[in-house]
Amino acid sequence: MASLQSLDIKARSATSFPTPDVRGGQAVEVAKLIDVGRCIGCKACQAACMEWNDLRDEIGTNEGSYQNPPDLSADSWTLMRFAEFEENGKLEWLIRKDGCMHCAEPGCLEACPAPGAIVQYANGIVDFISENCIGCGYCIKGCPFDIPRLSKVDGKAYKCSLCSDRAAVGLEPACAKACPTQAISFGTKPDMLELASFRVDELKGRGYKEAGIYDPPGVGGTHVMYVLQHADRPELYQGLPKDPKISPLVYLWKGLAKPIALATMGLAVLAGFFHYVTVGPDTIDDEDEKAAERDIGPKGRAAE
Amino acid sequence: MIYVERHTRWQRFIHGLTALLMVLLMLSGLAFFHPALAFLSGLFGGGTWNRILHPWLGVLLTASFVLLFLRFVADNVWKSEDSQWLGRVGAVLGKRHAEEPPAGRYNAGEKLVFWAMTLWVVLLFISGIALWDAYFGSDFSMRTRRIAADVHAISAWLAILFLIMHVYAAIWVRGTMRSMTDGRVSAGWARKHHKKWFDELASKETK
Repeated sequence: MASLQSLDIKARSATSFPTPDVRGGQAVEVAKLIDVGRCIGCKACQAACMEWNDLRDEIGTNEGSYQNPPDLSADSWTLMRFAEFEENGKLEWLIRKDGCMHCAEPGCLEACPAPGAIVQYANGIVDFISENCIGCGYCIKGCPFDIPRLSKVDGKAYKCSLCSDRAAVGLEPACAKACPTQAISFGTKPDMLELASFRVDELKGRGYKEAGIYDPPGVGGTHVMYVLQHADRPELYQGLPKDPKISPLVYLWKGLAKPIALATMGLAVLAGFFHYVTVGPDTIDDEDEKAAERDIGPKGRAAE
Repeated sequence: MIYVERHTRWQRFIHGLTALLMVLLMLSGLAFFHPALAFLSGLFGGGTWNRILHPWLGVLLTASFVLLFLRFVADNVWKSEDSQWLGRVGAVLGKRHAEEPPAGRYNAGEKLVFWAMTLWVVLLFISGIALWDAYFGSDFSMRTRRIAADVHAISAWLAILFLIMHVYAAIWVRGTMRSMTDGRVSAGWARKHHKKWFDELASKETK
């Protein structure tokens, strides 16, 4: 699939050269907008995701919350995270649909060492190409949102694909189609931003003074956005990061270290080579051997 | 010509095993490090095989290195004469042997490689465990795993630089390589490059 769409690929993991799309394509960027205030926590999106992507997670146990399964997994690409939040004697149930944010600057793709295992399409979707995945788990360390998970069955990493197969033929993602309250919308990114700002105004009119759009600039913006009632405190929504960005530790590892290390290794070999051809090998001559024989004496010679 | 024993059969075996594993780890590890070197994973059966084998090779190397360490550590204790030798490393590299302070069984360069490699192997092993997602990945915090990735990459880089230096020194100083294959070096070699060690041997022989 990846190779057939090569003209639509904006970025490819572990690939030094630009992809064809840098010539400037006209593709429209898509986005999924999750309106947290409209979500009723019915999990139709989770069920639709399982159905379309043919995923069946293990049946777990009740952990005292409506959140089920307890965490994302290689077989649960989206998850309603339930948070109870109380302020000024008012209880709020904040239900956030968690999953891949499809960052414009994806940390997973930055960290991935397997050529073509992670691609970013021109429409903004970040997709894992399983046949190229080697299962190292570097994407997990690169992700600012802690989304990818390794499968215990085949050892490869998995996450939400934003239904890239559906988007490619003009369909909305399965979760958006199944949502009964229109809490999930899908369209072009400009359209989704417009819809989001309309909803933010509405929420502000209802007293949510800090309502806002979650489209974090630290990762270049995302192709999955939220409308939050408390956009000033995203961490209320079960730890949504306030200012997500690719960790400097990941940049050191996958950015700075690469050219410096390769250059110094190359220089070390060259230094050796030119030392050898200029100074010449350090040899032992007959005189050295004779001097040694004199020092050791006749007994040593006999023991030869 | 007189030959003297420099390395026993066990020393040659454990050094050879460690060297072999180090080279395999360097090749398989570089495949993860830079896209231009990703092709190296082909030597190990492809990316997934490379990902599976690399950590196991690391476990073997750690075990092998522990044995090497135990056998070699006594002769690699740093002495004040080693600091002197290191201060005149320019004379050594320029083949001005008259200016070179006499070295013991191992010179300061060899000792430096020994201790540096010990440090890198310890760091690589510890950080490698935190990066081994198939077994331990989720046992460590994300911050710890990211730091481990940096520590692993930087230690591996420095280990490779020391490896290059170590191998070059053995090629450049003629008559050295046989100490790790045949086990014996010529008496002239010992006298020229490890005068104090040679004097000890000579005094034993002439007694």
